[in-house]
Amino acid sequence: MEMTYEFSKEELAEIEKIKAKYPDKKSPVMPVLWLAQEKFGHVEPEVQHLVAKTLDLPAAHVYGVVSFYTQYYGKKMGKYVIDVCTTTSCQLCGGYDILHYIEDKLGIKAGETTEDGLFSIQMVECLGACGYAPMMQISNGVYCNHLTKEKVDAIIDGL
Amino acid sequence: MAVDWKNYKPILIPRIPNLHKIEVYEKNGGYEQLKKTLKSLTPEKVVNEVKAANIRGRGGAGFNAGLKWSFMPKPDGGPRYIAANGDESEPGTFKDRKIFEYNPHLFIEGSIIAGFAMDITAVYVYIRGEYKSWIDMMQKAIDDAYAKGYLGKNILGSGFDLDMYVHSGAGAYICGEESSLMESLEGKRGYPRVKPPFPAQKGLWGRPTTINNIETLANVPLVIKNGAEWYTSIGAPTHPGPVLYGISGHVNRPGVYEYPTGMPIMDLINDVCGGMRGGKKVKAVIPGGSSTPPLRGDQLDGVCMDADSLRTAGSMMGTAGMIIMDEDTDMVEVLWRISHFYHHESCGQCTPCRDGTGFLEKTLIKIRNGEGEMRDLDLLLDLCTQMEGRTICALADAAAWPVRYTVTRFREDFEKRVKNTVFALA
Ligand SMILES: NC(=O)C1=CN([C@@H]2O[C@H](COP(=O)(O)OP(=O)(O)OC[C@H]3O[C@@H](n4cnc5c(N)ncnc54)[C@H](O)[C@@H]3O)[C@@H](O)[C@H]2O)C=CC1
Ligand SMILES: Cc1cc2nc3c(=O)[nH]c(=O)nc-3n(C[C@H](O)[C@H](O)[C@H](O)COP(=O)(O)O)c2cc1C
Ligand code: SF4
Ligand code: FES
Repeated sequence: MEMTYEFSKEELAEIEKIKAKYPDKKSPVMPVLWLAQEKFGHVEPEVQHLVAKTLDLPAAHVYGVVSFYTQYYGKKMGKYVIDVCTTTSCQLCGGYDILHYIEDKLGIKAGETTEDGLFSIQMVECLGACGYAPMMQISNGVYCNHLTKEKVDAIIDGL
Repeated sequence: MAVDWKNYKPILIPRIPNLHKIEVYEKNGGYEQLKKTLKSLTPEKVVNEVKAANIRGRGGAGFNAGLKWSFMPKPDGGPRYIAANGDESEPGTFKDRKIFEYNPHLFIEGSIIAGFAMDITAVYVYIRGEYKSWIDMMQKAIDDAYAKGYLGKNILGSGFDLDMYVHSGAGAYICGEESSLMESLEGKRGYPRVKPPFPAQKGLWGRPTTINNIETLANVPLVIKNGAEWYTSIGAPTHPGPVLYGISGHVNRPGVYEYPTGMPIMDLINDVCGGMRGGKKVKAVIPGGSSTPPLRGDQLDGVCMDADSLRTAGSMMGTAGMIIMDEDTDMVEVLWRISHFYHHESCGQCTPCRDGTGFLEKTLIKIRNGEGEMRDLDLLLDLCTQMEGRTICALADAAAWPVRYTVTRFREDFEKRVKNTVFALA
């Protein structure tokens, strides 16, 4: 079944509040995209259209924003998105070992999603937790610090 | 002379339980400096005091905050903005997050005082999207400040109005660059703008704007409380004040530590961070985020964390996000990863940056795969020359500096990995 994307009354009220924080109509696009992604899990083109319509902006503008920022998911992702940092401090402290361990554990590579739609893995750039390396973040939520293989097992198996 | 850091007590992130709660902050003297400012100071006085204190921007460029504030034009009745920069994306940098978590009200109070000093109408706090949990903490702190009358209309009966909003980024390093940050706040792709005009002349929505780092603004209440003279007596005379050192890599106790500027790098490694892991030797130190030139471990004696000392040593203070590497580190691997980062993050507007970061990475991959030749090392340095100072923003420089100084200072690591260039006789 094709899903139709809509905002609820409460969400529309929330969007009005967001709009009040900015002096023009273009500026609220980022917070509204966040709101949409939290609700739908992604901002595929249909969702981008909804955002454009709600804010009375050209769809091309919304698309331009979505494609510039890596955290907006222009396509569906797994239920859990595992972001593994491999930038310098994490690299020095074994970030790539952790990434490869997770790839082997889930049987997919960074950039892919498991067939059951549960997990996606992403190799990401420095998440601002360099002193707690190696680290990963799950679905833009908790930071998992000082990772070891045992810790990774406990975290992923516990999801 | 080295600073007496052993007796230093943190003032940006003091060890007070639950300081993030507004009641606890107030009990410990919080918002008193705002009251004092509104009651007894003029905007001009505040700007001059902050200028005299010489709080050098903690976002990396080290620009005197009060001097920057003084560039704001005279109020004309229209809106004026502060954009507080909490994008914190430079690899090795993880200190503003400590303020969001442990002392958000110090930052909020500092921003309101800055707002009063420049006749600001709204402060936008730009925080990287990955910091979702900390964005929520900041929002709660701001809500509490509104509820107590420190924000909003007619603050504490002074007639001064100020709003504060949080804006979440969405994963783009470049948005930490101040003009890109403004584009992002305006709901656009984060392409940096050509400067001048500087933000004070033409900033957010075309109006006068000042951009300061989160930690910079958190220093403001301390200056108002104790005065510029006290502030300049902390740490290095030409680069004074407390600093959040974010230390990562091969040390025993990495983390964020507050100490005065001017800390000897070896004291930070050996005493503050408990020495090197496994008792190894230091091979390299990146002092202020990945864009600052790495220093050799055998040349760290007497080098201190302040602009002058680091310049003499051949690097920069940047964000004081220090990455420490031990003797087993392969600098080819490190540099390749840094170059990958800048290539990935280039916004692509300027050819020297878009193509240059790509060439740098490609050449380093070649070297890393054992397919490089000696002349590739010179090619890397040439590429840097073609990138430096020729682009809209400083990302291209940030990408070139680590290459230039890693290749020249750690040349032996690179030479080990490349073949001699053979010129065949025709
Ligand atoms: N915190 C982080 O995550 C990162 C920090 N950086 C740091 O950023 C630095 C570069 O930042 P930029 O903003 O490009 O440096 P910049 O030196 O161009 O400017 C520094 C500040 O002073 C102001 N300014 C400078 N000259 C001025 C003038 N003549 N009139 C009015 N205002 C003036 C600028 O508007 C800006 O706010 C690098 O040194 C690097 O260390 C770089 C990447 C990430
Ligand atoms: C590519 C690039 C990225 C930057 N990222 C940040 C950042 O994440 N946080 C920050 O405070 N400053 C960052 N800066 C520096 C800002 O442009 C600006 O100088 C700073 O926010 C001003 O605040 P300050 O004077 O208080 O340091 C960056 C600069 C460049 C060139
Ligand atoms: S230097 Fe690079 S990041 Fe900066 S504007 Fe040019 S292309 Fe974009
Ligand atoms: S390098 Fe991994 S969090 Fe900064």
